[in-house]
Amino acid sequence: MDLNTLWFILIAILFAGFFLLEGFDYGVGILLPFLGKDDEERRVIINTIGPFWDGNEVWLLTAGGAIFAAFPHWYATMFSGFYLALLLILIALILRGVAFEFRGKDARPGWRKFWDWAIFFGSFIPALLWGVAFGNLLRGVPIDARMNYTGDFFGLLNPYALLTGLYGLVLLIFHGASFLTLRAEGEIAERARAVAARLWLFAVVLLFVALGASYALTDMYTKLGVNPGVIPILGGVALLAAGWFLRQKRDGWTFTMTAITIVTTVFTIFLTLHPRVMISSIDPNFSLTIYNASSSPYTLRIMTIVALVFVPIVLAYQGWTYWVFRKRVSKKSLKA
Amino acid sequence: MDPLALSRLQFAVTTIYHFFFVPLTLGLSILVAFMQTLYYRTNDETWKKHTQFWGKLFLINFAMGVVTGIVQEFQFGMNWSEYSRFVGDVFGAPLAIEALLAFFLESTFLGLWFFGWDKLSKRAHLATIWLVAFGSNLSALWILIANSFMQQPVGFVIRNGRAEMADFFALLTNPNLWTQFPHVFFSGLATAGFFMLGISAWHLLKKSNVEFFRRSFQIAALAGLFGIALVGLIGHNQTQRIVQSQPMKIAAAEGLYQSEDPASFSLLTIGSLDGRSEVFAIRLPALLSLLAYNKFTGRVEGIDDLQAAYSKQYGAGDYLPPIPWIYWSFRAMVGAGMLMGLLALCGLYLAMRNKIESNLLFLKILPWAILLPYLANTTGWLMAELGRQPWIVFGLMKTEQGVSNTVSGAAVLISLILFTIVYGALMVVDIYLLRKFATSDPMQAAHEAAY
Repeated sequence: MDLNTLWFILIAILFAGFFLLEGFDYGVGILLPFLGKDDEERRVIINTIGPFWDGNEVWLLTAGGAIFAAFPHWYATMFSGFYLALLLILIALILRGVAFEFRGKDARPGWRKFWDWAIFFGSFIPALLWGVAFGNLLRGVPIDARMNYTGDFFGLLNPYALLTGLYGLVLLIFHGASFLTLRAEGEIAERARAVAARLWLFAVVLLFVALGASYALTDMYTKLGVNPGVIPILGGVALLAAGWFLRQKRDGWTFTMTAITIVTTVFTIFLTLHPRVMISSIDPNFSLTIYNASSSPYTLRIMTIVALVFVPIVLAYQGWTYWVFRKRVSKKSLKA
Repeated sequence: MDPLALSRLQFAVTTIYHFFFVPLTLGLSILVAFMQTLYYRTNDETWKKHTQFWGKLFLINFAMGVVTGIVQEFQFGMNWSEYSRFVGDVFGAPLAIEALLAFFLESTFLGLWFFGWDKLSKRAHLATIWLVAFGSNLSALWILIANSFMQQPVGFVIRNGRAEMADFFALLTNPNLWTQFPHVFFSGLATAGFFMLGISAWHLLKKSNVEFFRRSFQIAALAGLFGIALVGLIGHNQTQRIVQSQPMKIAAAEGLYQSEDPASFSLLTIGSLDGRSEVFAIRLPALLSLLAYNKFTGRVEGIDDLQAAYSKQYGAGDYLPPIPWIYWSFRAMVGAGMLMGLLALCGLYLAMRNKIESNLLFLKILPWAILLPYLANTTGWLMAELGRQPWIVFGLMKTEQGVSNTVSGAAVLISLILFTIVYGALMVVDIYLLRKFATSDPMQAAHEAAY
């Protein structure tokens, strides 16, 4: 395996990690105004992700940095091409980030309500738009011979990409709900379970519709074949199993299943893309690949050494954080 | 609408804004960790209260720094895609490493610190805040490794139509980095010192918790003085180095149009509005040579000669940075720094003589002096970045060549307006919260380990 492929895999892993972790805090953020009936309940909900959300968001920053370092042309084409979409995501992430910190700093109901909705929109917009972005990556976007994106913002809002966006959104809310069943207590956990049960069917239907559309509208079929292989199938099976575990109230298993679905969805996207990173809808020869968009072998080698040393360390201490804060959050625990 | 001009303006707005929060994070993380260490060592509950009081202000500021930092990482690709293509092979690596080594560290351990008061052992909890401080300052190091490449490109070859990394360790040992990073590091400490000094003075003036704020006053005066003294010393070295690596920056900072030996120091220069020529000047003879070379002789290149030399070396063109901006930024930075040195010295003197509370005028001045480090930090960056113009990477690529060629002026205008509105509103909220908690009573504050 060459270093270009290794970095393609690493970036896939970073995005998988990002959606797995930040995915549930997007979901929790979206559910916040609906599951929390009063301020105290909303505080419980926010505090379930309190210690984690910032560290989770770094997965995105690292994925972005890794794209820049390993595939500068991919970074340049995608970030300039998806300009307005990324702008919306940035504004959302700014408001969401300060909202967590600022919300509790003033007791006025209007203040708290404002930041609740900042958390909602700050989670909703990226949860939707990342799916739209990945849909467009799969479908291909107009890229010319000089690696420049020649489309516009509204071109990104095509039906297929909106479908993948919707699937991503529902999946992440489902994931967030299953996280809440694990980390909240009592009524809130029950409400989260009820929401999850309703979302599950929706997610399953969307998965199959999105998969069908992908076979029809992208080259997923030529890439993966009739039998898409173990990773996509695992994703589908896990999503189905999530519904079963949900009914059995095996919350740990439900969450594991939604986690598997998210990770395998990301891997399926990257499997379909490989070896391309951005598909040109104008001419396949204009597509950016892990070879024509990459950094020099020297840079890739340096980055590989750094990643191999530090990724395990990061995983270890982030894992430890989840261990430290493994207990459920309740109204009582907030008063202590 | 010119996407280049708008993109430059947006980069200026977002970067200056981001850098309002960064230095305080860098310095205050260390001071909070220091106070918690005192608590750990002495078991004195007052130090715990100190840690929590200043820690709360730290958290508010930190959040602003984090969210505005995301924009920074994205906008190289969004607005400067041609730049990103040209230098990505060199420049992307330190950015990715910054995220992997530093962002993960500071974010994860900040969560552990804030939520972990009762969940971790005292020693482990102390370690988390030191890791936050280490991570924050480590992130400054990596971003300055990237910035140093723009100021003084090293360790690369031009191949395949772009700059490719040839020597990673050359990036890490870039001479620009090892004056710039300490300069930023100690200005962070000075910023935090003045932040604490101003707030402590406010409380002492109100005679609220005098014992409590006398302690923080002492720490702050010490940190402020130590920080600003080193900023000055390093700044002196830095200037001497820039005389070699980017002489135009120094010539602009001094309004020195003709090369001189010995070179004079500008006390006041009034130039034409576009900064292309001198109208009036009062200069002190030989002082610039002294600053540049530590002796009363030595040639310092002037703007006109450099323009001629660069036209010869890089082809005909305009190599003048925006001179009035650099000239006045330099003066504002140095002036603010000197004032800070003076104030910190007075503060420390009064603290040692146990006379802090009796000098009311001094206590009234200090809250306003919080603005000084912000002025110095901002103008310092203006000088560093504007002084490099017209280059985006010195000697390799001009700023106008780096802008995204597929992003329309209208799109950049929309983003500029949105950022300005959101940033403006958040500044109001930030100041409201900082004021609210800075003026609160640390003894009455409930201990919180949850949002």
